This record gives sequence, C-alpha cells and structure tokens, in this order.
Amino acid sequence: MKRVLWVLLALMLILPVAPALADRAGGTLNYVVPYGGDLLGLDAHKSTRVQDFLVLTSINRSLYSWEPGVNKPKLELAAKVDVSADGKVWTFKLRDDVKFHHGRKMTADDVIFSYNRVASPTTKSPSALYVRIIKGAKDVEDGKAQSIAGLRKIDDSTLQITLENPVDLPYFLFYPGTAILPKDDVEKKGDGFSSDPVGCGPFQFVKWVKGSEVTVKKFPGYFVPNRPFLDKIVFKIISESQARDNAFRAKELDATIVEPVQYPVYQKDPAISKNIIEVAEMFTRAIGFNFDKEPFKKKEVRQAINHAIDRNLIIEKLLHGKAVPAVSWLPSTSAGFNPNAKPYDYNPAKAAELMKKAGYEKGFTVDAVSTGNASWGTVIFEAAMPMLKRINITLNIQQMEGAALVDRMQKGEFDMFSYSMGTGPEPYQALARWKGDASRVAGNYINYKNPAFDKVMEQAAAERNEAKKVALLQQADGILLEDAALMFFNYNKAVMAYHPWVHGLKPAAVDMVYQDYVDIWVEESSPRAKEK
Amino acid sequence: MLAYFIRRVLQFVPTILGVTLIVFVLLNVLPGNAALTALAESDRGLDTRYVEQMKKLWGLDKPLHERYFDYMLKLTQGDLGRSFLRRDPVGGLVLERVGPSLRLAVAAMLIALGLGIPLGFFSALRQGSWLDTASMVGAVSGVSMPQFWLGLLLMYALAVAVPLLPTSGYGDGSLRHMLMPAFTLGVTYMALLARTTRAAVMEIKLADFIRTARAKGLAEVVINRKHILRNALILVLTTAGLQFGALIGNTVIVEKLFSWPGIGSLLVDSIFQRDIPVTQGCVLLLILAFLVINLAVDLLYAVIDPRIEYR
Repeated sequence: MKRVLWVLLALMLILPVAPALADRAGGTLNYVVPYGGDLLGLDAHKSTRVQDFLVLTSINRSLYSWEPGVNKPKLELAAKVDVSADGKVWTFKLRDDVKFHHGRKMTADDVIFSYNRVASPTTKSPSALYVRIIKGAKDVEDGKAQSIAGLRKIDDSTLQITLENPVDLPYFLFYPGTAILPKDDVEKKGDGFSSDPVGCGPFQFVKWVKGSEVTVKKFPGYFVPNRPFLDKIVFKIISESQARDNAFRAKELDATIVEPVQYPVYQKDPAISKNIIEVAEMFTRAIGFNFDKEPFKKKEVRQAINHAIDRNLIIEKLLHGKAVPAVSWLPSTSAGFNPNAKPYDYNPAKAAELMKKAGYEKGFTVDAVSTGNASWGTVIFEAAMPMLKRINITLNIQQMEGAALVDRMQKGEFDMFSYSMGTGPEPYQALARWKGDASRVAGNYINYKNPAFDKVMEQAAAERNEAKKVALLQQADGILLEDAALMFFNYNKAVMAYHPWVHGLKPAAVDMVYQDYVDIWVEESSPRAKEK
Repeated sequence: MLAYFIRRVLQFVPTILGVTLIVFVLLNVLPGNAALTALAESDRGLDTRYVEQMKKLWGLDKPLHERYFDYMLKLTQGDLGRSFLRRDPVGGLVLERVGPSLRLAVAAMLIALGLGIPLGFFSALRQGSWLDTASMVGAVSGVSMPQFWLGLLLMYALAVAVPLLPTSGYGDGSLRHMLMPAFTLGVTYMALLARTTRAAVMEIKLADFIRTARAKGLAEVVINRKHILRNALILVLTTAGLQFGALIGNTVIVEKLFSWPGIGSLLVDSIFQRDIPVTQGCVLLLILAFLVINLAVDLLYAVIDPRIEYR
C-alpha cells in the first residue's frame, strides 16, 4: 500500500512537469525575410526571387508541393492522378474543396489559365521553363498560339495534361512559380495583382508595408481541416544580420536565420543552442575552373587542386563549422546524392605528384575571382592560397560585387571563380547545367563538355523507373567527381534559431527559410500567443 | 525677388541634365544587369531565353546613346520609365517611399535643431564651463560616430537590454518606431549644429553692436535673444538648410539598418539589383529635394535678415 502511495505521489509530481504538448491554434508568428532588401512583387508567375517566394509559399499552392524530409514533390491540389502507359498523358482529378481567398472554388480552368499565363510572352515569366514540358507550351511562348495545346479540361474537376516528352511532371509543376492563381481576380487587377495577391494557400494577404514587412492572416476556407494553426504571420524584412540578431534577442522575431559570425555565439548560448535546426542546404559552394584555359584542360591539374586544399580546415576555422564538407556536386540532401562516393582527401603529396604528371611541376599563376561573401567569397581563395602555393599555383585574387561576378562568369572572363550554386531540389535539373549544350548564361560557367556525362544524363532523362533514374543521376554526379569538374568545397549548412515556444519548423533543404507554414504553431508562452 | 526665383529654378535644368547623364552612364557601364542579378541570387541556372527576352524588354539590346535619348524623351513627359524587376512605373514606386523618408528626415532635423542650437548657444555663453566642455566632447563624438554603429548600439540598449522600443521596422509609422532611426540620423547633425551655433555666438558676442547694446543698459536676456541668437541663426540656418538636403540622401544607411521603407533603402536595393530606372528615379528625386531645399534656404534669409535683398 505504501509503495502504491509512493508511486502515486511520484506520478503526481511528474505529470505536471511533462504536460502533453498539444498543437495549439492561434497566435502570430514573426518570421524573418533575410535576403537583400524589399520584395519585388507578390505575383508568383512574375517573380524570380527567393525573398518573394518565401512569402508567396504561404499564400499560394501549386499542383504539387515539395515535401521536406522526404525530398520529393507530393500531390497537392489534386486527389488522384493517372498516367498513361507512355508517360505522356497525365489525368488529374482535382480536389473539389480547394477555394481561393476571395471565396470562389478552384476549377480546371484556373489551372489551365495559370499555365497559359506562365507560358505567355506578355507575362515574361521566369518560370516558363517549367511549363515548357507541356505539349504546345513552346508555341505559346513564341506567340504562335494563344493557349497550350497539351492542356485539356474534361470537366470542372478533371484536367488532362499532355507532355512533349515523357518527363517526371511533379518535379516541374511543384515550383512556387507555377502556382495556381484565380483567373477572375488576376484579370480584374492586372498589374495591381502583384501588390494585392489572391491564392488558395493557407494564408491570405493582408498588407505589405514596402521595405518593412508583409502581413498574412489565416484563411478559414483552407482545404486541409484544422489548418493552419497560426492566426497571422508577419514577415519582417530585415537584411542586416546584426539587426536580425538584435530583433531575435528582443523576441521580436520568433525564428531567424543564423550567419557564420553568430553561429558559434548561438551554439554557446545555453538559451538558444537547444532551439537550433540545421540542414545541408541545396547550395553547393565550389571553385570553378575555366575549361577554355590551358592548365585546367588537364584533369590532373583539377584533381591536384581538389587534393591540395584542406576543405575541412577552412570550414572549421574560417566558416566556424557552418558548412558541410562537399563530396561531389549534388548535396547530401539531394535524392541523387551517392552516400558511397568518396570525396577528394587532403593530400598535398598526391597533389604535387599529379601536377608533375600534368607537366605543371613548376606551377602557374591564375586570376581567382569572387565576391566579398564571408562563406564562399574571396576569403576562400585567401585561405587556400598557401595550400595552393605548395603545388606552385599562385593566385591573383580579385574581389567584385555579385552582379559583376556573374557577368564575368557568363562571359568566361576568369581562370578560377568561387561561387555558391543552387543544386536543388530536383537532381536532374541541378546536374543539367553541366551538359555540353548548356551555355554559360544557363549556368555552365566553366564551359564543361563531357560526352560521357551527357550520355548518362540523356539516359536519366528518358528513364521512368525512379530507382534506375536515381542510379543514373548518381552515376552522372560520379563522373563530375572523377573528372574533378570543379573543386567541390562545401554544402551550405543552413541554421535556423527559434524561440522555445515555436513548434513545427522543419529542416527545409531547398532553402531553410522555405517553411511549410501550415504546421507551425506557437505555445501560450509566446509574446504573441493571443495576437490576431 | 520673383525674377531671382525664376532664374534659380531655371538653373535647375542644366544641373538635372548633367546629373542624369552622369548617373545614366555610370549605371549603364557597370558590369552585370538586373536579370543576371536575379539569377545570381538563387543560382539554379536561368533560362537563356528568359534573359534575352528581358534584355529586349528593358531595351538593353539598344546602343547606349539611343537608350539615353529614349530615357530623356520620356523624362520630359514626366515619365520615369518602368522598373526592371518590380515591373511597376518608377514614378509610383519612388513617390510611395517619399513620405517615410521625409518623416524620418524631418524628425531627425527637429531633434538636431531642438538639441543642437540650445546646446551650442549655452556652451558659447558659458565658454569654458563644464557644460561647454561636455557638449563639445559630445559634439565631436557625435560627428565622428558611424551611423551604422550608433544605430546598432541604440538598438541593443533600447530594444534588447531594456525593451522600450521596437528594434526595427516601420510598423504603423508611429513615433515609437521612428524614435531610434530619427535619433541615429539626427545625432550627427545635432553635433554639427551645436558646433556651428557655438562658433557663431562666440563671434557675435564680441561684435561692436553687442557692446553698444550692453552700454545702452539692455538686459542680458534681451541681448542674448534679440541680438546674439537672431544674428547667429543666419549662419545656423544656412548650415541646417544645406544639411537637410544632404540628410535626405544620408537616410540610406539608417533606413537599411532599421528596415525603414524610405527612398534610401529603395535606392540601395535598386543599385544592387541593377534596377536602373528605379535608381535613376531615386537619384533624380534626391537631387530635386536638394535643389529645392537650397532655394528655400536662400529665400528664407530675407525673412530672418531684412537687409538681404534679391536681385
């Protein structure tokens, strides 16, 4: 009896300490919008920037959506899809409970309207390339047709999409730039739609104080029951990292993105370190070699540079550990990443040997260009300089501003560059920039041409079995690695710090700030728990 | 007076022409363009077709002189063009930023005038006292302190350590949001005005007419207010006026730091994005503001000092 009493007493003591954390509805989330100033516009079809999509993902929905963790697109606005045997005809049964914020139900007409609008030359959408997979989209882009031939409405909730080639459609039509927008509202508002958008996402637009903040509120008609949890999200545009740090510490921001300088400080702070999420983001930082220049035409030289630079040391000392050492081109969070691939190890002796083999024992001097970025800019060259000196490579470092660097890279005016390049979310697209027919403007800055690589890529594009496709993409990534197409340096480790009352943030690898706001909720202890 | 006014306004024209030409050429010869910047930001490889399409839309495929001619032709019709990236008319984009910038600049100037003039005035009257020393040390620090650093310190002190004010943002544009950025912006000018006032007062204090006034038996208060301060104000007002023009241009750093939606932050954003029409619009507006304020200051002289005549 006494023992039972003790157990009961113990239980009484424990229970209040560990209350079941329920997903709580209500409250406001103050979320950071950190990249380079104000938004440009809120029309998903016309936007080009991460900064804009960060807000737009709360307002809009596309046919598919990217599922973090699983790292695949999932069906979003349709209940069912049937694909024909040849993989060209996709028939979608749209959800019949999707409503736009102005109250109207979404139909097949809206989907057709949206894709036509993206392809139309009057819209000049940077997302037109995603819709280009649909048969006849190119004719619309060229102004030869008014609407895409491959889109057919069977009834209000049934849509048939015919593709030009059998490609994996979800990997194209999940992009936020292919969002489904309401035909009537877009046509009514014209240019004004960009500052007063309507979508079918979990939150509806309230206001945009230019250069300062964007407010969205819960859309009660959202098609997922009991979602979203939050009543409101205020997106705070704060481009200075010190100001972000202050705003986070003053509890004005519920979550913030962490810079390399703040990373060790936040890690040491007992109050903050518990509430940090990290992910290898789909950005690969690499040193590019100009394949048109003599020393870099030799594979041994490129391999030597890969062996000569101690990437782990630079990551630890210079980047304060806020990076994931790279293996090859595709990041560890990519579906095409090969977990068995071995990176180039730090081996100065081997590097010297390779230089000798290439006939460059005496070395050479090259122009190394980049920006002032603290994570991948000229500082990387400065750190690598003494290491490369050991194999007699002298760097002539030039620092410039971002737009100027891209200009030089696109024109091929460099020997080596250091840059951060997008490698996600879809592995085929991420690899495609190195295909022989890709121009420098399209991202093949180094002018890489390798028939073996192109052949594997062609096979991957045609492959419809997912496992086989992944194997082929891994093979293509392996070719880049073996060929030392670049000096694979690191994958950005995105770090987000949040206050203990915030729940539901996920390690989103596409870009850490791309959260699915639907699942985020705040506890009673949030200073904005009651704010509507 | 009217002839003078018209002559001055006409002088605006060559100034504006010269500046627009310089800005136009500078922006257009810079490497890189807006499309490429958009690409640089989330580098996932961009559609070549899209880049070409946009260059054509923006007229970047035309030679420089042709573009300048097009720009000037539109400008004479009051059309500032269309933003490359925002896709809206520049006029509207720039105008909606004027209000917040002006509020910030006026608040900063009020802080500068309200604190700077009394500080300088009393320092000069009690030359060598602790007040004089303290305010002049403060003035030197104020002039030499980088705005960016001061802003961060204030942010830490008044929003993080003691949470009195919001760290940044425009909010509803209330005084609470404006106080810190306005003070950060105003402190340099406050220091400058305090020093100018002090120098002016000290010089006038020794003038013959002050000795005469004192010999007449006028009360010190009357001498200080009517004779010293009023005469000193001419110099102070010139400085303040000229500085106000510069101050609007100087909102750039403060606006960026405090996420203030003014013309300065738009200017910086547009330069980095190579949104050339927006940059041109912002610069044009800042120049106009500078010219108009200078003219206004010149005209105000007559009000303060009736001896000044305009021909």
